[in-house]
Amino acid sequence: MDKNLKEISRDIRCDTLKCIGHLGVGHIGGCLSVVELLAVLYFEAMNIDPADPKKPGRDRFICSKGHAGPAVYAALANRGYFDKSELLTLNQGGTNLPSHCDMNRTVGIDMTTGSLGQGFSCAVGVALGSKLEEDGATIFTLIGDGESQEGQIWEAGMFAAAKGLDNLIAFTDYNKLQIDNTVEKVNNIAPLAEKWAAFGWNVIEVEDGNDVDQVSAAVEHAKLGIGSGKPTMVILNTLKGCGVPWIVDLGPGNHNCNISEEQADAAIAELRKEA
Amino acid sequence: MEMRAVYAQCLAEMMEKDRHVCVLDADLAKASGTRALYERFPRQMFDCGVAEANMASIAAGLSSYGFRPWIESFTPFATRRICDQIAISICYAKRNVKIVGTDPGIAAELNGGTHMSMEDIGVLRSVPGMVIFEPADPVQLAKAMPVLDAYDGAVYMRLFRKELPAIFPEDYQFDLFKADVLKEGKDLSLFATGFQLKDALEAAEILAKEGIDAEVINVHTIKPIDKETVIASARKTGAVLTVENHNVIGGLHSAVLEALAKEKIPACAVGVQDRFGEVGKLPYLREAIGLTVENIVNTAKEAVSLK
Repeated sequence: MDKNLKEISRDIRCDTLKCIGHLGVGHIGGCLSVVELLAVLYFEAMNIDPADPKKPGRDRFICSKGHAGPAVYAALANRGYFDKSELLTLNQGGTNLPSHCDMNRTVGIDMTTGSLGQGFSCAVGVALGSKLEEDGATIFTLIGDGESQEGQIWEAGMFAAAKGLDNLIAFTDYNKLQIDNTVEKVNNIAPLAEKWAAFGWNVIEVEDGNDVDQVSAAVEHAKLGIGSGKPTMVILNTLKGCGVPWIVDLGPGNHNCNISEEQADAAIAELRKEA
Repeated sequence: MEMRAVYAQCLAEMMEKDRHVCVLDADLAKASGTRALYERFPRQMFDCGVAEANMASIAAGLSSYGFRPWIESFTPFATRRICDQIAISICYAKRNVKIVGTDPGIAAELNGGTHMSMEDIGVLRSVPGMVIFEPADPVQLAKAMPVLDAYDGAVYMRLFRKELPAIFPEDYQFDLFKADVLKEGKDLSLFATGFQLKDALEAAEILAKEGIDAEVINVHTIKPIDKETVIASARKTGAVLTVENHNVIGGLHSAVLEALAKEKIPACAVGVQDRFGEVGKLPYLREAIGLTVENIVNTAKEAVSLK
């Protein structure tokens, strides 16, 4: 790759802002918090081929927090799955890039997600399928911290451990915020690492999930769990809205908020300047 | 022969032929009759434990990997409990998953009201793309199983799991999307589904003795309903009676009336009159809920009188 992961993260972040800004509204906070993970997965960790998006035995990424769709699309476009100009069709009528991920519409999307909790179970099913096919794929999946309040997350977590699905590497976007308030105040999910360990998973905690080097190291570490007989949960301590101070300052209000094209362009200019 | 034995035997044949056919349970394999298949097909049988939502979405995931999963539970837990997983993980995502609900309606008997789905057809009928099928006898079930497996999409099968007498001949030709005309008639169209088909046929014999010539049609697929057959029969006889082990709101009665919305034809219903179930054995429940041959005969006369 010509660019390093930090530069790629910046590009994905800028493109995410661009497409949501073009529309004027969207799930900005939880898109910006997962950008570094997407850069590491799509540009370093996953065995994928944008020229052959359905390649048998490919690694898969299932974004169970489906509202991070715009960030995933930005990552896919940067990786060459489709032209970047398509990003501006986000959520316009008839688009192939809907708010939440849709496997039947978007090249490179392997599962339809958006009803929280379900994508995680689907990922577990995919990991089981890969085990049965013995194709050596690694299945990556991302859940939200608010999403972790869904009972289905824990049903799936229990099953994945019980069936020894060590080809499953999951991430929690632990940005500590949800729509109504902080996760702690709404319905606390802490202590999260202890919960996953108690469910029989390998657990890796990343102090700064928006530090691309830390994320990269954690994914490498997580891959060592393949063969351990246990699935792995990587808890990414992230910042909701990361990269744009005024969006971060909105707190829980940045889950789904307005952003004008001018605001998006200003934020992008600022990010480019920092680089 | 018990319906679940036929069902399990068909699954075994399908799994034998193709390792991509698999079955997921939520701790009710014994009830569904598939428990013995676990030893024979250890890589195709998966018990998810008491976690139906997870089971449904896992099946969707498996389907995306080229597998053709069947998920099974008691009717209420295979439908109303996991309606969103069926709607989104399976139907919206266009996954090829077969959903089997056993003990429909009053068939739940001693498990009582909590386990009696009077609304499962209604719940799933409003989910786009869902096919809803209810076999009436072991012959039809055996013919249907490979057809359902070959159908690329979501199907909900409502399965009475205990013994049912054979109604169809062994050489019966099954068409998933075509209703079966079992007896032609000119005075009344009697549309039935599931184990109520036998009752409808018995009622038709009694009605014949009283001078009413009823046409008996088995609507095994409630969605998409065979509009052509329903409309042609109703136009011919000029009166309609639906018979079902389900709430008259949302089930066969609703489906038939939707098909006949532009026709001016009187229609009556024998079914669950918008109430929950209760505990009891089938003979008691039939009386309590009104699913008796006698009630079919009386309601049929009412329908004819409305012409």
